[in-house]
Amino acid sequence: MTVRRVIGTETEYGVTRPGDPRANPVGLSGLVVRAYATGEGPTRALPTGSGWDYADETPLRDARGFEMARALADLSQLTDVDDPTTANSVLSNGARLYVDHAHPEYSSPEVLSPRDAVTWDRAGDEVMLRALAHLAEQGDQLRLYKNNVDGKGASYGTHENYLVPREVPFLSIAAGLVPFFVARQVLVGAGRVGLGQFSEQPGFQISQRADYIETDIGLETTLKRPIVNTRDEPHATGAKYRRLHIIVGDATLCDVGTLLRLGTTSLVLGLIEAGRSPGLELADPVAAIRAISHDPTLRATVDLVDGRQLTALEILAVYREAIQDHLGPAVDADTREVLEHWDSVAADLATDPSRCVGRVDWVTKQALLEGYRRRDGMEWGDPRLTAIDIQWSDLDPSRGLAARMRASGRLVSLVTPEEVAEAVIRPPQETRAWFRGECISRFAGSVRAASWDSVVFEPARGTKGLRRVQMPEPLKGSMEDIGPLLESVTDVDDLLGHLVAGED
Amino acid sequence: MAGQEQKRPQRREDEDTPAPEAPAVQQQDTERSAEVDDLLDEIDGVLETNAEEFVHGFVQKGGQ
Repeated sequence: MTVRRVIGTETEYGVTRPGDPRANPVGLSGLVVRAYATGEGPTRALPTGSGWDYADETPLRDARGFEMARALADLSQLTDVDDPTTANSVLSNGARLYVDHAHPEYSSPEVLSPRDAVTWDRAGDEVMLRALAHLAEQGDQLRLYKNNVDGKGASYGTHENYLVPREVPFLSIAAGLVPFFVARQVLVGAGRVGLGQFSEQPGFQISQRADYIETDIGLETTLKRPIVNTRDEPHATGAKYRRLHIIVGDATLCDVGTLLRLGTTSLVLGLIEAGRSPGLELADPVAAIRAISHDPTLRATVDLVDGRQLTALEILAVYREAIQDHLGPAVDADTREVLEHWDSVAADLATDPSRCVGRVDWVTKQALLEGYRRRDGMEWGDPRLTAIDIQWSDLDPSRGLAARMRASGRLVSLVTPEEVAEAVIRPPQETRAWFRGECISRFAGSVRAASWDSVVFEPARGTKGLRRVQMPEPLKGSMEDIGPLLESVTDVDDLLGHLVAGED
Repeated sequence: MAGQEQKRPQRREDEDTPAPEAPAVQQQDTERSAEVDDLLDEIDGVLETNAEEFVHGFVQKGGQ
């Protein structure tokens, strides 16, 4: 078994303009996206407004096998209508940068390893910082936050995507994932000051998202949020693949947290695909996810339908053991890296969670908050602690507390700043994201639009029709696959000639 | 209330707790507190000066 599969992350950033509380957040988000595209230029980002090829989007198709009638859908579920007031771009690193609802969103390019997921997720933060720098040059000071709640009722997402074979029944995926996701937060939660959707009670909890999760399985992402989302937009050959769209997780600023979020989930999916899911079933998953989040001592137990009561760490140990049994003799380096971090974090959480400072987001944030509580005698309801919680995720390296801890070496780094800087510009090499990103940097001006599974060329402006290159196979279009061809062609017409001639 | 309990590691009942270990653990705790205090000193200067107003002003629209 391997951790390697096609994966990616999506981050909706919190956005403010200090001193202007009435600023329209959709407008601010559009400014951020346009600032990056115009500031970096067409070889780094498609001009906004032309950017996205919507032909393939089907946000209302449901994995359980039916399609929701459009007239019945909540308006906020429609993301496939091109709105000229919202900015949208595709970047030379293969990512999508756009306005999603009222937040600037970075959707990472498809990668194959959790380590690459960390690299291109961090690249997204850097993209946002460059956008802010371009805006600052024009005298507009905005702030962006990599968190998921405002503490006043609003939550916005950090999503994970996993490609799985279509033949695996969705309900078995959901059954295997629900108990895992309920427990996973103790490894990868971001921590939050305040309990309840509106922070009705003072206190500290493990997860940002737990209080906003209201059902176990469902299609919605903006209301009645589920533990397992059923949205079925594969952005690939639908007969072969399903793209699992996971909305239960928090934005993580610790590299180890991001690695474990993607890595442990990919391994659990491997178990489910092999029919080896441990078969745990929670009596009340929604109550359980909150109970675990609300107990940073990690002693909370949750009820299983078979009558057992397990802690989050005990649930995770059941999954970990099943993975060990199914691992097989050849364990690749990516898988080994994830398992080593999983084992050491789980062991430290069980004995002394404070050993996980720098690796686990909620533990790191909690250590900071407890430090202030001890030194300055603050109570949990103190607005200074809430302010620290928000400021923790400020992307700005001078203000952001996690960013400062990273800069001073207090967060364990898995990737170097140089690797992140390179990933801002260049696409990952092992998936079709490589073709998408390279087309943007090599053929700027001739790429009219792109999407996850297409690049639309306008070979000679005005003289020919648009040409759409479909990429329904996420593993085709990698550097190994198409690098020699891209190196050999002289222009877009030459490239298209070869692609058409080479079609099956 | 959740979150207000001490985060001290809990020993399992079936574990022995040898007395000689205690001073080492205590020393470790002191070192960690000193590390956290260093960090607090470092970030005191960048914390929002008017926390209440800052928190009040951080309002987001819901997303996905």
